[in-house]
Amino acid sequence: MHRFANPNRFLRIAALILPWSAAITVTLLVVGLYLALKVSPADYQQGESVRIMYVHVPAAWMALFVYSCLAGASAIALIWKHPLANLAAKASAPIGACFTFIALTTGAIWGKPIWDAWWVWDARLTSVLILFFFYMGHMALTSAFEDASRGERAAAILALVGFINIPVIKWSVDWWNTLHQPASIVRLDGPAIHASMLAPLLIMAASFATYYVSVLILRLRSEILARKMDALRLTRVRDSQEAHSL
Amino acid sequence: MNVSAQEDAPPPPERASPKKPMTRKRRRLYLVLAGMVLLGAAAALVFSALRDNLVFFYGPSELLDRKVEPGHRLRIGGLVVENSVERNVGDGSVAFRVTDLSNEVLVTFRGLLPDLFREGQGVVAEGILDRNGVFQASEVLAKHDENYMPPEVADALKKSGQWKSQGRGREENESREVGR
Repeated sequence: MHRFANPNRFLRIAALILPWSAAITVTLLVVGLYLALKVSPADYQQGESVRIMYVHVPAAWMALFVYSCLAGASAIALIWKHPLANLAAKASAPIGACFTFIALTTGAIWGKPIWDAWWVWDARLTSVLILFFFYMGHMALTSAFEDASRGERAAAILALVGFINIPVIKWSVDWWNTLHQPASIVRLDGPAIHASMLAPLLIMAASFATYYVSVLILRLRSEILARKMDALRLTRVRDSQEAHSL
Repeated sequence: MNVSAQEDAPPPPERASPKKPMTRKRRRLYLVLAGMVLLGAAAALVFSALRDNLVFFYGPSELLDRKVEPGHRLRIGGLVVENSVERNVGDGSVAFRVTDLSNEVLVTFRGLLPDLFREGQGVVAEGILDRNGVFQASEVLAKHDENYMPPEVADALKKSGQWKSQGRGREENESREVGR
């Protein structure tokens, strides 16, 4: 882990990964959307509405996954003070917030025809909304302080506090009576979904995951370069001041 | 940034001499771990205390167990009993029974039912329990289960007779949860 904390080494590795992850994202997205919208069958109960699942479920998974990465990076930043960990947390927050937003909106669009309600305050929906607020709070807190490192520290603590919400979201459908149905894929009895629908779902999920990797690399890279430019500008100012004083 | 990276490179002597006092990193690690454990315990306590308040709906058995006062707004959920749906053409109301496979509640509703509303299907209804023990719903939502399959597969399962055993097993599990 310490080996990858060096920003320059990270930039080199990232340059190797990025074209691949971007290409895989586009390929999987095209294949996944084609299978999901064209090839896969309608559901025996929900009919064509079930196709919203192929966006909704991967987005919801990514909302949880990105937050777990954000919390992990925050813990590393707090404990080992790795320079890249804070940047990774900062770069992940907007991506995760977008995935959460997509999960919430597609869920509402799916809920209207199937449940006959855009929104209900059941444990699953409410806990995901709270996740969205944690992402928002993290983004606000990161930039709330004059001194960037204080903001990062506060945001990292917030991210760890919010991590409690992740298992609550996952098991909310089992712990409480909810309108949202229980898990179909990640459960002890194996998937409760037909193979013809599982395949496009997993392909879409994989494309969302590689999308996260690609955008994370892009955001991290620009953040590192921005900080390098700041450092350069600072030394230049200092040099010119020294030149004047001489 | 580079400077701090070098600063925080793992100091090799740390592992060589375990008797040395706790390093700052070790202390921060324990602090974060202890914080997470405390937070988790606090969250578990809060959620177990709020357990009843976080329930979105009650099953028919719970409704009877709790002896809910008539007139309170609440939600009930369960499966629509087969052949129990009666539509009254006169005033456009509909009556049906909701079961958790051990108890049943009669529900009346006037309005548009969701498309997925069917006998044998899960529903969640919001409304009030009147004095006669009839639940007067003002809103009915359809609840679907976690199974996804193409219609042909559902038909094939029904034809081969596996559908009922599979479905009933699941329903029984569900009812146990509702009744809990």
